Amino acid sequence: MAIAIDELRESLLAQVEAAASSAALEDVRVAALGRKGAITEQMKTLGQLPPDERRAAGQAFNALKDEVATALEARKAALDAAELETRLARERVDVTLPVRPQPEGRLHPLMQTWDELVAIFGEMGFVVADGPDIEDDWHNFTALNIPEEHPARQEMDTFYLSEQADGSRPVLRTHTSPVQIRTMVTQPPPIRIIVPGRTFRSDHDATHSPMFHQVEGLVIDESTHMGHLKGTLIEFCRAFFGIDDLPVRFRNSHFPFTEPSAEVDIGCSRKGGGLTIGAGDDWLEILGSGMVHPKVLEYCGIDSTRYQGWAFGMGIERIAMLKYGIPDLRTMYDSDLRWLRHYGFMPLDVPSLLGGLAR
Amino acid sequence: MRFTLGWLKDHLETTATLDQICESLTMLGLEVDGVTDPAAALAPFRVAYVIEAKQHPNADRLRVCRVQTVDGEIQVVCGAPNARTGMKGVFAPEGTYIPGTGITLKAAEIRGEASSGMLVSERELELSEDHDGIIDLTDLDPAVGTPFAQVAGMDDPVIEIGLTPNRGDCAGIRGIARDLAAAGLGRLKPEPYGGKVVGTFESPIQVHLEAGAACPMFVGRYIRGVKNRPSPAWLQRRLKAIGLRPISALVDITNYFTFDRARPLHVFDADKVHGDIHVRFGKPGETLEALDGRTYTADETMCMIADDKVGEAFGGIMGGEPSGCSEETVNVFVESAWFDPVRTAATGRKLGIHSDARYRFERGVDPQSLIPGAEAATRMIQELCGGEASEPVIAGEEPAWRRSYHFRPQRVKELTGVDVSRQEAEETLTKLGFEWNLVDDGIQVSPPSWRPDVHGEADLVEEVIRVHGYDAIPVVPLPRLTTLPQPALTEAQARRPRARRALASRGLMEAVTFSFLPKAQAAKFGGGADALTVGNPISEDLNQMRPSILPNLLDAARRNRDRGQRSAGLFEVGPQYRETSHTGQDLMATGLRWGQSGPRHWAEAQRSVDAFDAKADALAALEAAGAPVATAQVVAEAPSWYHPGQSGTIRLGKMVLAYFGALHPAILRDCDIDSAAVGFECFLDHIPLPRAKAGKARTLLKLETLLPVERDFAFLVDADVTADALARAVRQADKAMITGVAVFDVYTGKGVPEGQKSLALSVTYQPRDATLTDEQIEALGAKVVAAVQKATGGTLRG
Repeated sequence: MAIAIDELRESLLAQVEAAASSAALEDVRVAALGRKGAITEQMKTLGQLPPDERRAAGQAFNALKDEVATALEARKAALDAAELETRLARERVDVTLPVRPQPEGRLHPLMQTWDELVAIFGEMGFVVADGPDIEDDWHNFTALNIPEEHPARQEMDTFYLSEQADGSRPVLRTHTSPVQIRTMVTQPPPIRIIVPGRTFRSDHDATHSPMFHQVEGLVIDESTHMGHLKGTLIEFCRAFFGIDDLPVRFRNSHFPFTEPSAEVDIGCSRKGGGLTIGAGDDWLEILGSGMVHPKVLEYCGIDSTRYQGWAFGMGIERIAMLKYGIPDLRTMYDSDLRWLRHYGFMPLDVPSLLGGLAR
Repeated sequence: MRFTLGWLKDHLETTATLDQICESLTMLGLEVDGVTDPAAALAPFRVAYVIEAKQHPNADRLRVCRVQTVDGEIQVVCGAPNARTGMKGVFAPEGTYIPGTGITLKAAEIRGEASSGMLVSERELELSEDHDGIIDLTDLDPAVGTPFAQVAGMDDPVIEIGLTPNRGDCAGIRGIARDLAAAGLGRLKPEPYGGKVVGTFESPIQVHLEAGAACPMFVGRYIRGVKNRPSPAWLQRRLKAIGLRPISALVDITNYFTFDRARPLHVFDADKVHGDIHVRFGKPGETLEALDGRTYTADETMCMIADDKVGEAFGGIMGGEPSGCSEETVNVFVESAWFDPVRTAATGRKLGIHSDARYRFERGVDPQSLIPGAEAATRMIQELCGGEASEPVIAGEEPAWRRSYHFRPQRVKELTGVDVSRQEAEETLTKLGFEWNLVDDGIQVSPPSWRPDVHGEADLVEEVIRVHGYDAIPVVPLPRLTTLPQPALTEAQARRPRARRALASRGLMEAVTFSFLPKAQAAKFGGGADALTVGNPISEDLNQMRPSILPNLLDAARRNRDRGQRSAGLFEVGPQYRETSHTGQDLMATGLRWGQSGPRHWAEAQRSVDAFDAKADALAALEAAGAPVATAQVVAEAPSWYHPGQSGTIRLGKMVLAYFGALHPAILRDCDIDSAAVGFECFLDHIPLPRAKAGKARTLLKLETLLPVERDFAFLVDADVTADALARAVRQADKAMITGVAVFDVYTGKGVPEGQKSLALSVTYQPRDATLTDEQIEALGAKVVAAVQKATGGTLRG
């Protein structure tokens, strides 16, 4: 009996070892341990043995069964590992191939700058106001203390639409200032607004575009003065250009709608032919500003003996070009995809002072 | 406005440096645009001594000169006939750029004689046309090495300021000097050429004012027996320095006072004037040859200076050639008048004449300057040309200019934040020529005659603070209105950045294009109305307000395709114009894709862009901007610029949210685009705003615990039944149980009858309380089939 078991063990273990695939191994398992397997068949004969032999033989077969099962297990693990190895080798791809196309667009630097302006001034308590591009004389000129005969009203400088049925000639707003008027007419002080928007002037050359963008600022209350104007604009310039010690200079100038008026320069250097914003030997004009002219307040029905305020206006193209080193104004409106890819911004780059204005 | 430092010092006694003066001018509101030092350009040109000039051995017309220069002795071959031993001339060494010839000097050998550098003529320095010989300084005998600019008096720096339109007084150097003196940069000197010239006879020419307020006052002076000649060198130098061409003493004198004290003058050749002077309006069709040699036609709005017969000058703008002064002139009539600024500007614009006189009259000439101006001119004419002056002819009166304003010095602090003492304010105003007297709570201030721009207390505050200095204005942070900033954008305004970022994230590039386009183009996109035509366009390509952004994007697409960008997408979020009223402008998110849907790729097939790309863009923009796109309807209609069979409208009830689709082939042909192109136009203003009171809380989420069941159906429907209609019908079959319907296949062809199509949908049932039984699922299926049958006539495909 013992010899028979030994032979069976040897034979079965050899078969296990020889199984070359999971399927072959399964065949071996069935042949050994299945209902009609060799061990099972042998164990069925135990009943014919005398009781004492039966016990010993039973133990021996059980041991054999365990041994074969263990061998099957081990062989299966080895075969699985080998098969996985083969599969992994088969499934190899060239990971240097390009990914599936998912083109990402870019935001125009001008509009990104617009968002930056809103982020900075919004932080200072300004809200955005807007108004129509097609204006009337009163909002664009008269209420801003620009008299009838002022050169800015001439066709040389200003676009007018053709005469309307009622005889009027609407004007394409020459600045975003009419929105100051619209706001003051409809809203009692205190007022703290910025107005980014399209503006139009009859000029077309390397440095002028018939359409461009301006941002206007207006603050009206009972006590705000030029010191606040200065504080606000210095803070703005330094935040916008990201230069903490950017020199900012205010000097006297003249606009019909402000009195006193100031033009604002930032420091720059023109050494070596290029232009660098920051502390330097030169100044660069970037915006106009001043205390709102009392006549403008009165035009809007605001008591100029009680309220006062200041306003400023600057070209968005100009500051965007300065900040991002864009050399040519005309390229802004050309929609050249190569240009947009180069100067544009990622869609998720939302400007904010906390999260970063620009990268 | 240009002037020289030396000229300024005629009026300003100062020890300030050029830099200090420029800095001060800029801060005062007289922005310095540039300073040119003519000496800098002439720096290499220095005085040299000709030790010996001898005949060139090989050339009759040339001389070989030994020249003593600041750098030692140099041999120069010179062709000038006046080159001679012992003379002093102007030498330019090797390497010097000669402005008159455009040549940079190099060492050379001329007919066998070495020659280095050059002795220059006036023409070579662009000083005059004189090229008869080299500059001869022998008589002046300057030291060798002296810069020529210094010898020639050309070392006077020229300052150019950008004058704001309110400061007509600073169109004269005296006004500039007055501002500088007020700012503490020196003392204003007494007016040169002051005092009266006693007349010895009555002017044979009298003046008649017939143009009312256009010319309320005219001062004339007859001077007989003058000798017109070139101006003296100092006067010529000054005029040349500021860019004027010296003509003759009589003309140069008028130009001199135009710049010296913003007092334009005119001098008539009295012998060419017929009878008296009449200041009158132009006659229709009347023509005049002006001093610029061109003939202009007057009209009845223009103020003219005429004699008994003809018009002689456009008042305040330009004199006429026929009565102009020449070398032969012996008797002159000097005009010092005042012309209305508004009329002068209008006339100047109509005539297209930009003259120094117009520049000043349209800004406002000092109404008190007429008599002193005429006196000064008379004095200077007598000084330079001799002659005998008549008694002055004074016609009319000064236009009213006296006025006064109440000024409270504390307003300076209130408006600017700077504490300026009352005394300082008074002193500043005095220095600027204002008069004042004390009243109850301030002072009553009268602006001087030369400051027509000052009109109230705010203007007076500006005068005080600009002289005090803007640097003194404190830097004060803007106080916060709230501890934390409030949103800067309203919900409506926030649609713009949201739509922009959504579209860019879908691969579209953001464009910014003009608000105008060609009228013919506008007409193809539903616009072109005359009311929205620009009356004075910059070009015919930009003469109509855009009714849609698409044509601009199509134009941009064509340009990009011409640059090799065969497939891409652009969008713009901006206005389009419906009508001229203040609400006639719509904020649009408009986009265009052309060519292929993406680049060629190893794993994905390329395809042309189609209407569904545009639809996806439109839906993404709308959703980002807050539109309830899930409840919006899509209908197969769109404006004429879209392909009628491949376009649609996204609507919310009757409100159009967007159009999308393939563009009409005729439009693409007109725009010269030979690939597929699809577009969309979202009306951002049409998106309903969230209810203000709703708050930010979302509706309560109820998560079902039971798994949903999906069943597929294929229906045969008529070809014109839309997928949307079918999906809606399915949804209607059981609104509670059916939570999802998705069309996943559209098929026509074999097995589908002509005129029909097969649409396959996946329908999702969501059990609520218990798992669905087979019977329940079957019953739901029957309801779906019945609903489809009822709504669309479709049948289940066998």
